[in-house]
Amino acid sequence: MTTASTEAASTRTDALVIDGVEFGSRLIMGTGGAPSLDGLGAALLASGTELTTVAMRRYSPTETGSLFQLLVDHGIRVLPNTAGCFTAKDAVMTAELAREALETDWVKLEVIADEHTLLPDAVELVDATEKLVDRGFKVFAYTNDDPVLALRLENLGATAVMPLGAPIGTGLGILNPHNIELIVSRASVPVVLDAGIGTASDAALAMELGCDAVLLATAVTRAQNPVQMGEAFKHAVIAGRLAKQAGRIPRREHALASSAMEGRAEFL
Amino acid sequence: MNIKLNGADHTLSDDASVTTLVSHITGRVVDSSGQAADGRKIGVAVARNSEVVPRSQWAATALAEGDELEIVTAVQGG
Repeated sequence: MTTASTEAASTRTDALVIDGVEFGSRLIMGTGGAPSLDGLGAALLASGTELTTVAMRRYSPTETGSLFQLLVDHGIRVLPNTAGCFTAKDAVMTAELAREALETDWVKLEVIADEHTLLPDAVELVDATEKLVDRGFKVFAYTNDDPVLALRLENLGATAVMPLGAPIGTGLGILNPHNIELIVSRASVPVVLDAGIGTASDAALAMELGCDAVLLATAVTRAQNPVQMGEAFKHAVIAGRLAKQAGRIPRREHALASSAMEGRAEFL
Repeated sequence: MNIKLNGADHTLSDDASVTTLVSHITGRVVDSSGQAADGRKIGVAVARNSEVVPRSQWAATALAEGDELEIVTAVQGG
């Protein structure tokens, strides 16, 4: 017999599978913007994330503590990114360095057009995806909320497509929910809503739109209470996923009574 | 010999390899396979004159006068 509680439990254990790797959490965290490594570690733990992005930069002997070691110690898988790259050439070089340094062929491919918008440069992104797939990388392509481009990246061999909700760091939420739904409906690789998330309801909406996971950083690291916000996102992603699977009611133009009209008591 | 390390001038002994440099900079003992001898992840990558040097090649890669080296690691981001 299936009870309500076992049914709910089985829903909650539906794992996110990327490149054959299972994740219990559908929240992917970034690490940018945290004022200290200790605070970051606490926020990551509160969020329940099992996969977290890092950037690659020059080694500095004066840096105290190792972010990579922190993630290893917490059992969080590392996803290096190519943040700060403007060309496919730079992105490929950064990915090669990340593969050597962190011993993973996963890479979050970010090729941005300019520092003002931080929006992906579609032409360079396509070029870099092709080159990295050729070199055996598992490419998580950070892309515009463009259903045509997302499908193009998938066809080039991207392991996951990561459309933005809004520009990086803006916290504007999901500006074009219809496009995100369209991307999800045509994708056969995981779709991760990346960038623009401001608060928990944005992440829940991403999951309700059918995304497989959500990636965010600033919304937690720059929140007034990062640990509490990390926990809020943990619940938001679970709630959004459950709601998507449960099947929402259709929107209606007019009210629909939920109490029967028959059998009402009559009063004089 | 004189090299550039992460954009700055750096002086090393003439017989230095990539392993020598990585050990020197990180303060960790690096074995011949390019892993830290303390068993923990070293987490750095090296590019020499814009070519990535795989960690398995660190010990065998001798440095030369005027080489430009980049040593990178994971930092907060994304």
